[in-house]
Amino acid sequence: MSPAPDLPLWAALLVSFLLVAGALVTLIGSIGLWRLPDFYARLHAPSLGATLGTGSILVASMICFSVLQSRPLVHEVLIAVFITITTPVTLMLLARASLYRDRVEGNPDAPENDPEPTDP
Amino acid sequence: MSAAILGWSITVAQILLALAMACAALRFIRGPRAQDRIIGLDTFYVNAMLILLTLGIRSGATLYFEAALVIGLLGFVGTVALAKFLMRGEVVE
Repeated sequence: MSPAPDLPLWAALLVSFLLVAGALVTLIGSIGLWRLPDFYARLHAPSLGATLGTGSILVASMICFSVLQSRPLVHEVLIAVFITITTPVTLMLLARASLYRDRVEGNPDAPENDPEPTDP
Repeated sequence: MSAAILGWSITVAQILLALAMACAALRFIRGPRAQDRIIGLDTFYVNAMLILLTLGIRSGATLYFEAALVIGLLGFVGTVALAKFLMRGEVVE
């Protein structure tokens, strides 16, 4: 096993917990992607990994580097902001593309019409 | 002591993330349709980015952070281009 940085005990416990929790949530999301029955259901699963999984691993990395260099180090916020902005965009585009394809082919699983817009 | 705790939990997290990548790769291989493969690829690169971050925590170098940022940026562009191709049949109109 290759070495790990020597943090104080509280930081090591916190970073370890956040890492394992984030990895576990990401694994659950990916298992959902593998196991769920159809495309529109599968579209929901990976966002677990993209929100809570990425978030907790990024916080773990922030704590680790801040303690190692004994100054606040928050450049991981860049990745967090970027993933938060891009994940809904990609999933929305994919869902629209898939809906369009299903409607063109007359696939009975896809809804025929969009829901009516509600009054604000 | 604390280095051992951190090292083992990084190893466990890397194994879990590798299993997650395996699930995404399975969805990418099995399909059944093009949009399933694209969502599999999207999940695959997010998991690869997380594995790079855990590698960065283990080595204590900030170099891996920049690699993770580049993977995030380029993966987004790739997924959007593929989704647009499914929608329109071409990427740049």
